[in-house]
Amino acid sequence: MQLEYLELTELRKLLDQKKVSSVELTKYFLERIKKYDKELNSFITVTEKEALEQAAVADDFIASPGENPFLCGIPYAAKDLFCTKGVRTTAASKILDNYIPPYDATTISKLKEQKAVLLGKTNLDQFAHGSSGETSAYGPAKNPWDNNRMPGGSSSGSTTAVGAGLAPFALATETGGSIRFPASVSGITGWKPTYGRVSRYGVIAMGSSLDSPGVMVNSVVDAAQIAEIIAGHDEKDSTTGRNEVLAYSKNLNSDIKGLKIGMPKEYFTDGMEAGAKQKVLNGIKVLENLGAKIVEVSLPNTRYGQMVYAIIAPSEISSNLARYDGIRYGHSTSKAKNLMEVYTKSRAEGFGDEAKRRIMTGTYVLSAGYYDAYYKRAQKVRGLIIREFAEVFKQVDVLAAASTPSVAQKLGHAADDPLFGYIVDQLHIPSSLAGLTAMTFPCGFARPTDGETLSMDGLPVGLQIIGPQWGEQKVFNVGFAYQQVTDWHKKHPALEFGD
Amino acid sequence: MLTKEEVIKIAQLARIELSETEVEKFQKDLSTVLDYVEELKKVDVTGLEEVSQVSGLVNVQREDKVVDHGNREEILSIAPETKDGYFKVKAIL
Repeated sequence: MQLEYLELTELRKLLDQKKVSSVELTKYFLERIKKYDKELNSFITVTEKEALEQAAVADDFIASPGENPFLCGIPYAAKDLFCTKGVRTTAASKILDNYIPPYDATTISKLKEQKAVLLGKTNLDQFAHGSSGETSAYGPAKNPWDNNRMPGGSSSGSTTAVGAGLAPFALATETGGSIRFPASVSGITGWKPTYGRVSRYGVIAMGSSLDSPGVMVNSVVDAAQIAEIIAGHDEKDSTTGRNEVLAYSKNLNSDIKGLKIGMPKEYFTDGMEAGAKQKVLNGIKVLENLGAKIVEVSLPNTRYGQMVYAIIAPSEISSNLARYDGIRYGHSTSKAKNLMEVYTKSRAEGFGDEAKRRIMTGTYVLSAGYYDAYYKRAQKVRGLIIREFAEVFKQVDVLAAASTPSVAQKLGHAADDPLFGYIVDQLHIPSSLAGLTAMTFPCGFARPTDGETLSMDGLPVGLQIIGPQWGEQKVFNVGFAYQQVTDWHKKHPALEFGD
Repeated sequence: MLTKEEVIKIAQLARIELSETEVEKFQKDLSTVLDYVEELKKVDVTGLEEVSQVSGLVNVQREDKVVDHGNREEILSIAPETKDGYFKVKAIL
């Protein structure tokens, strides 16, 4: 029986009807990890022993009378940015190489309550700084469609694990595109929640005013189901809203007749590959054929989004990463002669180039004399961007755009370009700055423009739907309607690798 | 472009030791980022409020009560150096 790309509802049915046990299911995915992950490098840590123990507990629960929680016995992977009690959590950095958290992130606790089974911790750009997965201190994850290409980042391992069928779903995080971009270039579905919809507690912090934990999945239905479980107010994260968590999956409605979908013209210009652009336009046409009303809208300050982000994100990073001091946990140098050297050498040895670059950028723009010119100004422009979205959402229900300006690029492309991470995220950053929700799903394949690809069909292209704050249901409905009439989300890579 | 001295000063503030080659590398890299954001100076920001967060929430508080998490040993066990139940640091003076 092929189990790797089944929707969660199917897995639930198989488990409830005892057609497969959680232990069998878990072994099935562990076997796939063994077979494919040497090449794909999507996991930093595989928790085989713990997973089998959790699966056995889930099986006992399923055998006992009463209803089973939706994710009971279903395996999953988590980006190695989510703290997991007793399980090494590295943030793909050397400074946390030996870090074993004494507590669970709230999202992990919620999945534990469900008796979901953690298969392991997935690769990412170091501290989630990057868009290609290549800043990981544990080597890059590879794109499951073409192992010479990057899977997108920062949630590189989560997208590869789901795209290659090594896990039914994976937790991921987004600060400025880190779910939408990798999901789109790896051909899967991803949900970026409204800021404050899902708790950040226990997720290693990057930019605290932006970080949004979400999921990477095989379908919009899966995303809606997990959203119901992981969303909600958390006393341990005071920025989580008390807005009601809707029955997103039960409410899914594919009738989008009359729904107004805005196409921001600024999102369809600069430097998009023609092939990818065409697939996105085709995707929007599908929505139009379903009865949605497509309206051109304008977000003229879009171009400033990346610049605002290039100031605000490093500022928050420099502050958040100050905690890695070589004293309480994480890497500590053996070469220090005094306390100052414990800090400076531990941090020099433990952080990679990208983390250093961002910490120092943030330190500079926050320092006396530059604060007003950079940080304060960026915060004001952020307000402008937020206001602009609010105006547009008076005219339309959701926005549609490409999730990626190009198909997956070759590994090595991003190396030594200090702006790569900022530029590639231009389609995501303004909405992240405004704290909006969004979703990406596959809408076709296109040929790359930077050489050939091993993948016969070409490489995946994603369509993104952006909704207003707390507009999860609308965004899910549009994705659901799309996936009812298309089967791009059911295309999976052959997993035949070149050298 | 930032001067070497400026990069060294930033690195000191950020508590990161840099090698000679790193100073040169980051001189270029940081300057690239700063040049990139230069254009923001063209945006008219008169009358705009600074926005530091988007949640709309103000002064979220919870009851100030002592909770024993019972994981003192666990927390200390992951520290590089401890003594008598405390984190150990090098002499400051």
